[in-house]
Amino acid sequence: MDALTRRRFLLASAAAGGAAALAAGGVGLAELLATATGGDGPDPGEGPDKLVIVTLYGGNDGLNTVVPYADPAYHSARPELAYDPERVLHLDESLGLNPVMTGFKRLWDSKQLGVVLGVGYPRPDRSHFRSMDIWQTASPAVPVPTGWVGRWLDGTKASAEAAVSFEPALPPLLVGATRVGACVALGGLQLPQGIDAELVAALGRIQDGESELEMHAAEAYRDFLRIDKLVRQAENAELPADAGDLSLLSSTATGGGSSLAAQLALVTRCVEAGVPTRVYSVSLGGFDTHANERVGHESLLKQLDEALSAFVHRLARTRAGRRVTVVVYSEFGRRVRANASDGTDHGTAGPLFVMGPRTVGGLYGEQPSLTDLDNGDLKATTDFRDVFGTLIGSVLQADPAEYLNGYEAKLLPLVRTGI
Amino acid sequence: MSDNVAMLLRRAGFGPTASELAAAKKAGYAATVARLTAPSGPDRGAAAAPMPDLGRDPFDNLPNPTTEQRAAAESTRKAHTDAIIRWWLDRLTVADHQATEKLMFFWHGHWATSIRKVGSPQFMLAQHQKIRESPNFKVMARRLVSDPALVYWLDGQLNTKDAPNENLARELMELFMLGIGHYSERDVKEAGRALTGWRTDLGVPSTAIYFPADHDAAPKTILGRTANFDAYTLVDFLAKQPACARFIASRLWFRYGSSHEPIIDATQKRIAAAFPVGMQMLRALFEDEEFRSGRHRLVKQPVEWLVGAMRQLNIRPAHFSQKTLSQVVSGLNGLGQVPFAPQSVGGWPSGTAWLNSAAAQVRLGLADLLAGFAEVDGMNAEELANVLAIETWTNRTYLALKQAKEPRKLLIIGLASPEYLVS
Repeated sequence: MDALTRRRFLLASAAAGGAAALAAGGVGLAELLATATGGDGPDPGEGPDKLVIVTLYGGNDGLNTVVPYADPAYHSARPELAYDPERVLHLDESLGLNPVMTGFKRLWDSKQLGVVLGVGYPRPDRSHFRSMDIWQTASPAVPVPTGWVGRWLDGTKASAEAAVSFEPALPPLLVGATRVGACVALGGLQLPQGIDAELVAALGRIQDGESELEMHAAEAYRDFLRIDKLVRQAENAELPADAGDLSLLSSTATGGGSSLAAQLALVTRCVEAGVPTRVYSVSLGGFDTHANERVGHESLLKQLDEALSAFVHRLARTRAGRRVTVVVYSEFGRRVRANASDGTDHGTAGPLFVMGPRTVGGLYGEQPSLTDLDNGDLKATTDFRDVFGTLIGSVLQADPAEYLNGYEAKLLPLVRTGI
Repeated sequence: MSDNVAMLLRRAGFGPTASELAAAKKAGYAATVARLTAPSGPDRGAAAAPMPDLGRDPFDNLPNPTTEQRAAAESTRKAHTDAIIRWWLDRLTVADHQATEKLMFFWHGHWATSIRKVGSPQFMLAQHQKIRESPNFKVMARRLVSDPALVYWLDGQLNTKDAPNENLARELMELFMLGIGHYSERDVKEAGRALTGWRTDLGVPSTAIYFPADHDAAPKTILGRTANFDAYTLVDFLAKQPACARFIASRLWFRYGSSHEPIIDATQKRIAAAFPVGMQMLRALFEDEEFRSGRHRLVKQPVEWLVGAMRQLNIRPAHFSQKTLSQVVSGLNGLGQVPFAPQSVGGWPSGTAWLNSAAAQVRLGLADLLAGFAEVDGMNAEELANVLAIETWTNRTYLALKQAKEPRKLLIIGLASPEYLVS
């Protein structure tokens, strides 16, 4: 965005915010934009690099996502569930994407899709909760109270809007010791009936002589309104000139108002409007495919494929969008052998995706053996902290070890840095 | 001094009702401390909330479950987990001996064991019972060092003579008994050897099982003393260290006094002198001048806030539908404090960590849910202050309350007000 466009946009967003939002007080998008784009890199219009973290809840079946189609062990371990080699979308002579992932395949062909193979951690835990905690806190050995993005918020003394979740509840990922990311509901400010933004703003007023703790409590209400307003303004703002006239929110979103596509649409608006958020957290659930896996899993992968490939194509159209990198992970993969219900049970390692205009496409790491198993499960070949560490270093431009509890990540050349 | 009686009740329990506060003000500070810390007779309120009998863990004797068996067992565990959370919230709400219940909640945060890793609700409930029934800290430490939930939580079942795992040993010293700076890395390693040989069995929630063959019976040198330490002699020895009494005193101060102002020397000595009986230590804390001064404020923990509101508005979790319970538990999760599920062995967060923008939204939703259950007719701001044991509203909140026409809206504002979030 050049200076003139930005000014026009600021005016438009002030108008779109409306009287109620202005009455709520606090800093609005306009003020934040004016400060956030002050000295950040050579072109203030595009802002700093941003990360979009996509969490797949339930444990995605990695072997039917990135399919080892040429391995006889794959076909014999899950005869009813395995894909025919000619149906999968070949990445090389041994691996291919699930047949429904045509959008991912296009990203692969344009070298914007990185596939990290066999990602996991030592002593895998098969509980959804515990394993998800491990991924989000990046601490496999001991439970810790902070997520890795939360620790980055702490370390950079970031304000809450630096990390925003569009999920229904704030994930542990965004919880720091002293800072916590924000949680913004899709589809508008969610307040109890009869309670409006003005009333919340009233609770957010500070009183002379009240304790510091009460002031903090009041401030949290103001923060909540301010960040929500920021996102709503982005949602309703005029599109920046370089975005063209694409109408994004009318995309063929499947799964309703909270679908991954809807979450990503809001991310797009925020990125393009220059909201100073560095990390977005979005999610898709339902991957716990214990029975009759084929149909359900394909439908989920299709949602993932359509939402993410549209998102990445869209990112490429704007300068701000070209600074975005996406990572997709799940708490574990599934067992190599299918169970008796044509499904798969909780497993261990799985593939992880990194994508976006700055991604260096290709395969990373090593596909785990299907015959050298750990009690029926894949042996991880890459520690997930190597991928997250890479993203901390390249996207957030921070020291990986500082936010991975001292873990020395082996960095992967997944993301182009610099311009 | 009447203000301090209100503070005393807020800190010692989960939010006093109007009648409790009136009675305490009449009795005075000293008599209230005595009544709180040495309640007479059985707790008649708590008797209305008997501990659930869960029966066996569904995964017990199910070494290789089929998919269907696993799904059924997981759903039973989920129901059991809901049951123990509901029960505990209900008990906290109806119990008359509030200081006893609050101290129990403190110990849960102290030994900070989470069902998210332990998995078995039976294990969690057995640990709860052990803490509840321990007459003092020394006995509690002895019971917990072989408690299956704690052992499993801290990988004690992996700790053998041939492959030592020092996780439990480290936390015993750092977080449970001595505090950082009162032991060396060598002490941790040696203590880890003393703790070898315990494994857990889902069929036996009452205790971990000792396997002599996995125990390292050779002498260990811990804090300068060489002996054939085992799990029990180790915790007995640690509990005798002067650092232990002082450490527990500082932890009590952290949750009851201030979580950001460190304990002062005189207060620490006074509380430590009452070691090892938790309630006696608490009494010493309540009688301490620094505490009574009212200089220190605390952010209410989410469970304190919720239970306090339910006590004051006469709402019982026992009567919640399954859906309401789920909403409440998910609200507590959003606020960062689900009973039986501390985020880490370090215990619950504290202070301003509870006051973030995401929690602000969740709190408004929970306040709305509670307000929907409260049976209140026309009520004004003054009457609401009385119900919620708030001395006076700030102008800010008073003005907001004045605008509220419906009782439900009035309640939401009161419960969400900054002054109601601190104690």
